[in-house]
Amino acid sequence: MRHSSALWVVLGWVGFALLPWFSSAATQLSVNPPGAGLAGSALIDGLANGRWWLVPLLVPLTAGVGAVALPRHHPLHPWLLLVGGAVGLLWTVVQGFAIGLNGWSWSGLAALFGPLPQGQGAFGLGAALTMTAFLFQTTSGFAGLGCMKGDRFTAGAIGLVLLSIALFVFLPVGFVLSSAGDGGAGGFSPLALWTRLTAPDIWRLNCLYESRSCGVVWNSVFLATMTGLLTTLLGLAFALVAVRTGFRAKGLLRMLTVLPIITPPFVISLAVILLFGRTGTVTLALADWFGIPPSRWIYGLPGVLLTQTLAFTPIAFLVMIGVVQGIGPSLEEAAQTLRASLWVTFRTVTWPMMRPGVANAFLIGFIESLADFGNPLILGGNYDVLSTKIYFAVVGAQNDPGRAAALGIILLGLCLGAFWLQRRWLGTKSYATVSGKGDNGVPPALPTGVRVAAFATAIPWAVFTFILYGMVLFGGFTENWGRNNSLTLRHYRNAFDLTWGEHGLIWAGRAWDSLFTTIQVAGLSAPLTAAVGLMTAYLLVRQRFAGQGAFEFFTMLSFAIPGTVIGVSYILAFNQPPVELTGTMAILILCIVFRNMPVSIRAGVAAMSQIDRSLDESSLTLGAGNLQTIRRVILPLLRPAIVASLVYSFVRAITSISAVIFLVSPQHELATAYIVGRVEQGDFGLAIAYSSALIVLMGAVIALIQLVVGERRIGRRTTDRLALQEKPV
Amino acid sequence: MAGVVTGWTGRVGAGLVALVALAASPASAQDRLTVLCGVQEEWCKAIAVAFEKKSGIPVAMSRKSAGEALAQLRAEAANPKTDVWWGGPGDPHLQAAEEGLTQPADSQHVADLQPWALSQHRQSKGRSVGVYAGALGFVYNVEMLAKRKITPPKCWADLLRPEFKDEVQVANPNASGTAYTALATLVQIFGEEGAFDYLKKLNDNVNQYTKSGSAPASAVSRGETLVGIIFTHDGINQKVNGFPVDVTTPCEGTGYEIGSVSIIKGTRKLDAAKAFYEFALSPEGQATGAQAKQFQVPSNKKAPTPPEAPNFEDIRFIDYNFQKYGTAEERKRLLSRWDSEIKSVGK
Repeated sequence: MRHSSALWVVLGWVGFALLPWFSSAATQLSVNPPGAGLAGSALIDGLANGRWWLVPLLVPLTAGVGAVALPRHHPLHPWLLLVGGAVGLLWTVVQGFAIGLNGWSWSGLAALFGPLPQGQGAFGLGAALTMTAFLFQTTSGFAGLGCMKGDRFTAGAIGLVLLSIALFVFLPVGFVLSSAGDGGAGGFSPLALWTRLTAPDIWRLNCLYESRSCGVVWNSVFLATMTGLLTTLLGLAFALVAVRTGFRAKGLLRMLTVLPIITPPFVISLAVILLFGRTGTVTLALADWFGIPPSRWIYGLPGVLLTQTLAFTPIAFLVMIGVVQGIGPSLEEAAQTLRASLWVTFRTVTWPMMRPGVANAFLIGFIESLADFGNPLILGGNYDVLSTKIYFAVVGAQNDPGRAAALGIILLGLCLGAFWLQRRWLGTKSYATVSGKGDNGVPPALPTGVRVAAFATAIPWAVFTFILYGMVLFGGFTENWGRNNSLTLRHYRNAFDLTWGEHGLIWAGRAWDSLFTTIQVAGLSAPLTAAVGLMTAYLLVRQRFAGQGAFEFFTMLSFAIPGTVIGVSYILAFNQPPVELTGTMAILILCIVFRNMPVSIRAGVAAMSQIDRSLDESSLTLGAGNLQTIRRVILPLLRPAIVASLVYSFVRAITSISAVIFLVSPQHELATAYIVGRVEQGDFGLAIAYSSALIVLMGAVIALIQLVVGERRIGRRTTDRLALQEKPV
Repeated sequence: MAGVVTGWTGRVGAGLVALVALAASPASAQDRLTVLCGVQEEWCKAIAVAFEKKSGIPVAMSRKSAGEALAQLRAEAANPKTDVWWGGPGDPHLQAAEEGLTQPADSQHVADLQPWALSQHRQSKGRSVGVYAGALGFVYNVEMLAKRKITPPKCWADLLRPEFKDEVQVANPNASGTAYTALATLVQIFGEEGAFDYLKKLNDNVNQYTKSGSAPASAVSRGETLVGIIFTHDGINQKVNGFPVDVTTPCEGTGYEIGSVSIIKGTRKLDAAKAFYEFALSPEGQATGAQAKQFQVPSNKKAPTPPEAPNFEDIRFIDYNFQKYGTAEERKRLLSRWDSEIKSVGK
């Protein structure tokens, strides 16, 4: 194992002595002195350019060399790696934060150590490489001391995930939340925090006994619970219909349920208004036929609930289908052999097996609803929820970041509560059903009641979704949707025009720029999200380490905070050294990755807790390492989870708006930001045409992901002849 | 196994390094003048193209609502990435000036500017100047009013008529600058007590306090509500887009916004930023509004006023006190009073 440590030690030196330590962003050009020799490496800069605080890094780097030089089983070897790596990492971080562009970052430090003649720029390539090297040295050291059963891979993975989460979740979120106790004069005041947290418009319960509005927390909780329940129910119904019945048009069903997830949220809202608004098609028809007077019932709780359910059911479905597919039929067969009726089998065997899926689907629905911003914004009416309140506390006329932070803390608390309840409900039971024991059962038919209920829920919803999307697609071809329905291709030509100029093809349409950026960002962030998420899921389910519960909760953090707050926090945290990312595409990608990672984690956790450990163990017994076990045993069984996280993160990268609205720069404009601008302008035609194009694009990508990743093949007898030829896993 | 592990961690590590390298690579934004734009996107694009043609300086333009722009400028304050903030209501520009986010500048076009544009310059201590003005007014759905045989509203008092019960939309002043302008305008017309009396009565007729200032205009155009309180150019916009709406300004007098331009303090492209500032105030630069079908009134007297723009001579303007109603304390006081007396009742 020595040579891997040696590699990282060498890389640490390369980053320190050879590569440019600082980022080359323009803000640093004035700071970086004209370099003699290898420009701006930390070694040169520290010795020749007066940035003496970089020189001490030589000590931990030398410690690394010492560790590698020692004989393999020398007791000092891991200690040197561990201490050297940790000290190096710590020193790099501390000096990075303490010394900014113009010298000391805090006046207190200047008073303590005297003024600095010069500051420093943001971390660049060299710093990144050296820090990564320090990190892996530290984790190797830990593993060498016997942590994680001496497994470097696990130790390294935990270290990597922890560091990334610390950097891209804790740091920005901490920046924002710390302002919740801002007493006005820049100091922290517990009283201010208490006042903000207990404001009556947050907690009042007036709506129970008089015709006033309730506190925003109760509104949010009620909405989120309803959305969570409805999406879980619908997701379950769809999953049962798709997996456990002989329903023929399963492909169509799958497509229909996936449609809403690949739609920018306000498009659904718009379609819902055009159907159910006061002058909507359905409303007017009802008024004509049944004399029901048109009203604005859609604005407020009903409308938001409807659109959120439309938007989040597909996610519940994606989580549920993996779980339902994974239930081993042999248990159900055993129940039936013991003369249990279909209903008893379903209630006592199938349903309990689905509990992790149900709990995860509910948790995601609940939190998605809490964090959702677009739908309450357009359809909320006078029904206030936390996410919009937070947004307007930041950008509204009152602009009170402290209040936004306090509301953010409450929102986090709600998510924590939901998370805790989910854990309580699941308990410590085992849900493993995918084992190596060749489960060759045939899934029993669903009890009639359940089957009817599943169909009765899924089919009308599918039809409803279909109508809604039909209208959206149709709307893109009309002159002025809802008013002048004559057909035209004008909007598409406007957005996606191509002309042939003298130098070749000219992308003349107005949408091309943002479309290309969007595809690039989504394409890069999807695999990253899936990788980080599934790796975290593996650590959570398969490894045991101290602080695991807290670790699991922290991974959910960025998901629970509304996108707007995340967006502002990313600017606050990453606009100046030591980490300067604003205006780059990387900040968009990182924000999207760490925001969507929790879904990938949830899908991975749900799927992985079904896979019996005996599979890992037999693989390990046969001499495979952790990594080989993951690659050859776990990953193939995780295909539904991989598909779910790839699809989800790709789609969210395209459709999310609130988090990225602060992060898009003129060079990196995203499709949704552009579309929202068109909607504001009242140019619905182009907005809808563009959205339709995005829907088609995302549909194609989803199909491609399914094709490439493939289905999970679990050896089970089915009536399908092809499946019979497959070997049991 | 060791080899495999090295390979794996190595790959992840390399990926991490590559990502940071990507992040650290110089952004091309640095070569361009970065402008936050507060008006509709057409106009943003039009003025960027016109300026590039004239000066040869490439512009990176990003459309942001006033609140978003201010939040971004605040977050960036320690290391500004933006050079100019152009367009959007004067109020947040004044706030930015008050917080020292923008820097003073003078223009060669001073002599040609409307007095209201210069008063913005004075009040911001030179840190901001008006480029266009928009009047507060009503937008109503002509077809639906005719169908119900209701005469269009002409005065603030008309909005209290019983036939408008549940038919008025206005934004929530806590969220929208437009609605705050309306609140401050009413306070200046009727006095604070009178204004809150009026708002309490109006509350019966309001069906929704929207979150965005221009949302009532699109709701009116689709017939979701009969009347909306908006900046008139938002209403005219819907009309030009082919919706059956019309706009009017109230007979008791009305407030207005002064769309402004400010140079960000700490910009690294001061010369280019100044060039854009001058261009935004020149007749040529201001004409881009009409070309982009935006119907605000330009602040340069020599710039052509679009025929669709409201004729400011026909509008009864109040002497809007931006100084008083722009300060943080007054704003906070009025907004929390609105919250406790109007918003928490019933709706």
